[in-house]
Amino acid sequence: MTDAVARDPTQVTEVATGPAPAGSSRSWTEIGTEIGDRVYTWSIAGFASLVPILLLLIFVAVGVAAWPALRAFGLSFLTSSDWDPVAGHFGAAPAIYGTIVSSILALVVATPLALGVAVFLSEFAPSWLRGPVAFAVDLLAAVPSVIYGLWGIFILIPFLREYLMPFLRDTLHLGVLPLFTGPAYGSSMLAAGLILAIMCLPYISAVTREVLLAVPRSQREAALALGATRWEVIRDAVIPYARSGIIGGIILGLGRALGETMAVTMLIGNRHEISASLFAPGYTMASLIANEFSEATGDMHLAALMAVGFVLLLVTFLVNAIARWLVWQTARER
Amino acid sequence: MAATNGWAGAPSGRQRAVAERTERTIRRRRLRSSVMIGLMYVAAAVAILPLLLIVIHLIRLGGSSVNLAFFTHMQRSPGESGGGMANAIVGTLILIGIASAVGLPVGIGAGLYLAEKRTTLLATTVRFLADVLNGLPSIVMGIFAWELLVKPVRHFSALAGGIALGAMMIPMVTRTTEEMVRLVPISLREAALALGYSRWRTSLSIVLRTALGGIVTGALVAMARIAGETAPLLFTALGNQFWSTSLRAPIAALPLQIFNYAISAYDEWHAQAWAGALVLVGIVFVISLAARVATRQRYGAGD
Amino acid sequence: MSRPDNATALATDGAPSATNTPASRIVVDQLDAYFAAVHAVRGVSIDLTDRSVTAIIGPSGCGKSTFLRCLNRMHETIPGARVTGQVRLDGQDIYGNGISPVAVRRQVGMVFQRPTPFPTMSIRENVAAGLVVTDRKPGRKQQEEIVERALKRAALWDEVGDRLKMSATGLSGGQQQRLCIARALATDPEVLLLDEPTASLDPISTQKVEELIYELRTDVTVVIVTHNMQQAARVSDQTAFFLGGELIEVAPTENMFTSPQDERTESYITGRFG
Repeated sequence: MTDAVARDPTQVTEVATGPAPAGSSRSWTEIGTEIGDRVYTWSIAGFASLVPILLLLIFVAVGVAAWPALRAFGLSFLTSSDWDPVAGHFGAAPAIYGTIVSSILALVVATPLALGVAVFLSEFAPSWLRGPVAFAVDLLAAVPSVIYGLWGIFILIPFLREYLMPFLRDTLHLGVLPLFTGPAYGSSMLAAGLILAIMCLPYISAVTREVLLAVPRSQREAALALGATRWEVIRDAVIPYARSGIIGGIILGLGRALGETMAVTMLIGNRHEISASLFAPGYTMASLIANEFSEATGDMHLAALMAVGFVLLLVTFLVNAIARWLVWQTARER
Repeated sequence: MAATNGWAGAPSGRQRAVAERTERTIRRRRLRSSVMIGLMYVAAAVAILPLLLIVIHLIRLGGSSVNLAFFTHMQRSPGESGGGMANAIVGTLILIGIASAVGLPVGIGAGLYLAEKRTTLLATTVRFLADVLNGLPSIVMGIFAWELLVKPVRHFSALAGGIALGAMMIPMVTRTTEEMVRLVPISLREAALALGYSRWRTSLSIVLRTALGGIVTGALVAMARIAGETAPLLFTALGNQFWSTSLRAPIAALPLQIFNYAISAYDEWHAQAWAGALVLVGIVFVISLAARVATRQRYGAGD
Repeated sequence: MSRPDNATALATDGAPSATNTPASRIVVDQLDAYFAAVHAVRGVSIDLTDRSVTAIIGPSGCGKSTFLRCLNRMHETIPGARVTGQVRLDGQDIYGNGISPVAVRRQVGMVFQRPTPFPTMSIRENVAAGLVVTDRKPGRKQQEEIVERALKRAALWDEVGDRLKMSATGLSGGQQQRLCIARALATDPEVLLLDEPTASLDPISTQKVEELIYELRTDVTVVIVTHNMQQAARVSDQTAFFLGGELIEVAPTENMFTSPQDERTESYITGRFG
């Protein structure tokens, strides 16, 4: 609180330090003002402090819940693939692997699309189209995860199973690559990756749009004056200027993809398996917790699930912090 | 030609060759530009495609099951068609109520602090952490509420679910409140101070009152978002087949119900899931649209 | 110094008036004002006569607005701002130890350059906005009377008297500014500070505002900052010329404009700069 008082010098001069002037009928009002201001300032500062306190509580709560498993398994928790509730061994490597793979796949698919949409909206779109398209892209972020899952189960997975997977494996002969081998049941890393791509696209797009709009006109005009084509203006003058903001947006999208639960658990097949093929089922950290929680056998099983949650928390916290920091950097450079 | 191109005489063979090469390069660059711009249009179309598909499927597959019974009845046994999600809808409303009771005061208070004490250490920290909190997985919120509110008392409850959702609302409402309060011009604050208003009265009865419309919009958007959250409820509110409005017992919620129906084996329940999804998405979309219109109206077109 | 009829919040020191010159309502004594390191007002001392209109003129950036804002302790609301010196209102230094700036501002009314009606309030609520912080909060009926009187003094009653419930934002710019003046007058201040009040108004509204300023001087001490010299000549009894944060010259208006003493004043008035 000393910070607040020190930075706001007016607060110092407004404190009535001496006795109320003689004959004044205002002394109560002055005291009232003083008390009122103090109560107000302390109240809002108190509410604001709840934010870091909440974050701390989250770390403590999840950490405490995870501790028994972390202590029992140590670092092998992260590297072992042996998830055996019956025997009491828990290794989260498949879940971690699945999280990484599905997120990378999501970013690979989403980033070009998101950048394309963002550039489209900020540079080329005719004004009557801009509003509706922007709104539609933003709506993608508003669709609840479970509904993506529902749609995924009944629409996307059959589509993958009957058309896309055979197409990739057989028609395009990509089946020679380990990425596209194996039976195509539908529930797969590919399904999860694709749905994640749709889900993180609006985040990457929104941040990119913002940073692109912040690029000063003079950059574009200078390039045009030198004879650049419209595409070259974007590629060489606008995007490099906004680069760290765009990267921040991508990392933000990554943060979302890492933590998505419902859609993934409905589409990924929920199997403790590390497979090279995208057609195979797998697990992510979030979907593992969601899937096994209700049937957890025993305290260690629960603790292991919480430990997975703790790892997830740490990773997403770091990723989000880096993303926000990058976006802030661009904002400050403006 | 000589008079118009500024050269001393007719262009030489070499000059003509250079001009032609430049022409070709320019044509190639222009072509590349057109292709890339075309690709942008394609990207925009592909990006919106899933949204359109989802909306179409929701209407097609869920529309027929959304009737009055859907809102007033509860689930039927597998094999029977019809029925509804009355308990889930009411449950969601109760959960939103609890979440708002926690999330709104803290969020608005914190937002006011951020807008008024912009550069203090606490303000910078809170702003950054609120943004980070906004990106944390919702299932982690569920774990947090489980550890603190479910495990100690050994039973699931609507209260735990509501608080998990409320914790999610806090950073959302904080940031939107801050933005709306910052939009109030300083001149209004000064006019109030010049009238002899104390600082707290200026903040509350002038600044907050002026920003209230935007703050309410932000609150509604936050409520719409948490209404669709499932993961935090998996081990807090748990869901309930029966009618329950008690805060200390498990409670049904719309997204939870959709999830359970979707992964079930029964076609009738799948139909119900689509209906529930249609209703949920409908509410979320309507609120998003209303919020966008309200913000446009108040502050002019931005985008 | 004579004590006004209605008691004010700030006690006087009771010194009797020794001369027969018009009483000074506000005595400014070696006032310096700073924005962090910038010295905006430099050692200004001036007496402002009771129940008169004093105009403050000078080129942009000469510190006249800053000076004005020191008279009701508004300057210090800006972070990093600082004031030294004395401003004695009815003998009491408003910067004295133990004096609350909020109390000062309730005594002194201010109108800003751009109209600032409170957007969520109706016309009536706007005018009555200052009443909620007075000591003796008036009852419903009294409030209605006060609102009507203030709007009449601000020459706005005829135009809005029948639609007081309308939102204040529906008024034109000139009307909004007169609304702000009515709002300031509703608390019956003895001093009214106007910071370029007609700068953003059309000529007709400007004329209306000038007329009401001229009428106010019978019971209010008015200080008006203006960049419009003709306006100063029209409405004020006394004019002060500021340059570079310093008070160069102060004189009765007629003398100031016909025979200025200082050559800088003369240059400004004849339009050679500013």
